[in-house]
Amino acid sequence: MIHRGCFVVSDNNTQTAGPAVSCRDVGKIWSAGTSRAHEALANIDLDIEPGEFVVLLGPSGCGKSTLLYLIAGLEQQTGGSLTYFGEQVKAPSPDRSLIFQETSLFPWLSVWENVSFGLQIRGESEPDRRAAAKDVLKRVGLTEAGSKRPDELSGGMRQRVAVARALAMRPRVLLMDEPFAALDVQTRQKMQDFLIDVWRDSGASVVFVTHHIDEAVALADRVCVFTSRPGRIKETVKVDLPRPRDPFSPECEALRKRLTQLLKDEVDRAFAEQEGMAEAV
Amino acid sequence: MASVSTDRTPVSGTGTVAGGQDSPPALAGYTLPEPLREFLPKVGWTLVSVGTFAALWEFLWFIGWADPKLLPPPHVFLGAFADQAKFFNTAQRWAIGVSPDAGPTPWQAVLITVVSSAMRVFIGITLAAILALSLGVAIRYWIVVERLTLPTVTLLSPVSPIAWLPVAIFLFGIGNAPAIFMVVIALFFHMTIATINHIDGVNRNLINVARTMGATKAQIYRRVIIPAILPGVFVILRLNLFGAWMVVLIAESTGVGYGLGQVIMLARNTFNPSLVFFCIALIGFLGFATDWAMRMTQKRVLYWVNDPSGVLRGL
Repeated sequence: MIHRGCFVVSDNNTQTAGPAVSCRDVGKIWSAGTSRAHEALANIDLDIEPGEFVVLLGPSGCGKSTLLYLIAGLEQQTGGSLTYFGEQVKAPSPDRSLIFQETSLFPWLSVWENVSFGLQIRGESEPDRRAAAKDVLKRVGLTEAGSKRPDELSGGMRQRVAVARALAMRPRVLLMDEPFAALDVQTRQKMQDFLIDVWRDSGASVVFVTHHIDEAVALADRVCVFTSRPGRIKETVKVDLPRPRDPFSPECEALRKRLTQLLKDEVDRAFAEQEGMAEAV
Repeated sequence: MASVSTDRTPVSGTGTVAGGQDSPPALAGYTLPEPLREFLPKVGWTLVSVGTFAALWEFLWFIGWADPKLLPPPHVFLGAFADQAKFFNTAQRWAIGVSPDAGPTPWQAVLITVVSSAMRVFIGITLAAILALSLGVAIRYWIVVERLTLPTVTLLSPVSPIAWLPVAIFLFGIGNAPAIFMVVIALFFHMTIATINHIDGVNRNLINVARTMGATKAQIYRRVIIPAILPGVFVILRLNLFGAWMVVLIAESTGVGYGLGQVIMLARNTFNPSLVFFCIALIGFLGFATDWAMRMTQKRVLYWVNDPSGVLRGL
């Protein structure tokens, strides 16, 4: 089921032996051992190569965000093994930055203080932090915004700051949980272009969760389509198209059609299940 | 920072228009500085609000419905003040060798009374806030503290502060200590529980961000949780400020030497409605002033919290 070797080597990729993240038969049961136990993820086998852009696509509640939290180390899997460059993932690490759907900036800190939050945790001095924040804000195109507060920024700018904050830690894996879901369509497209630039520039792997097919088409090297309850990888679709991609090209149309079909089956099944449950009640 | 926040403070309805941008032609060419343009309408409306209430009272007195012996209208109890001020005698008249005329002048006595009541409130609420915040954070930080203290705190929090009054007197006799103790005990349990609730309500994402950045538990508490709960804690503090004023009056009425509560008890015992209403007016004013001071502090310290009232005005 896993398509290996479909990975296009980007020019700034730092080749290290083995995948960046490797999931083997990973499962997650919430509230395991209680009457409320329910299985969120099962039998996840997935390798993420260094520098690869992987999109996890699936209906809401299918466990794709759970997988992201497991990779981040914020939650522990209840089955299988999950490794990061060969080491078991046991706790969160600045190497694997997570970016959330909602604004997760600290409202009491200015933009540059937000961006350098992780550096402060590390105990770096203020001049160093200022310099690092300035540098990384320049990379996300927000040179002027350093002294502003988060609530003075638009939604798109706030997510740029969140990306900058993650980049400041020089992560090797960027985990993104529907980061652009709350943005309007035009801003979202801008942010996708922006993200591609940042990803190329940083050389990090990106694991990007979305339920939005167009987003998957625009961004992915590889799309993993999820089933729900419990979340499994139904199919992995390799995307070998050059970027920037014209969303109306025949290749993109074909891909969109295929993903839509894969998701539709899934959503139909979920609905049928829910209706069955409703009738049983 | 202040200028930024005032930019986004909602324009206070018609008040600002009346005193601000649309000022009459006679004043053309001179505009009031911005803080004043915002501040004056608020003061104006406060005066209108209080004035309407006072006018209604005066009207009821005028048509003979409000008996001036029981419900003296504002012009009576405020006008009689020079006469009433003598009751605010803080001199130890009962002490041997002190003549009834000794001690501060009546005006000084009023000031001493007000300041001593306000000090009790201030010290009490500060102590209660420090203790409650510390215990609330400790309860969430160490599970053993939670198991040892939370049941007791929950058990004691519904007890009325009045019930603590005898305890305060047993422990501290009379004076400042029992009054401060009463304020602390009245606020401490609620504030502890509220602190815990606010900690539980901190946005998980903020905590998770800090965790992925490699922050330790202590760093997460210091850099994320405490700043995140401060706005909520400040609101609790403001709400409890009024509670503190109520409790301090009760404590003072049992005899602590001097204080507004004691003057009210004196007024009750000597059947002096003018003095009662004068004290009520004074307490109301003090409560209002302290609340205002706290809101100013809140704006200064919690600069990132937006004023949500703009949304409501837009309805």
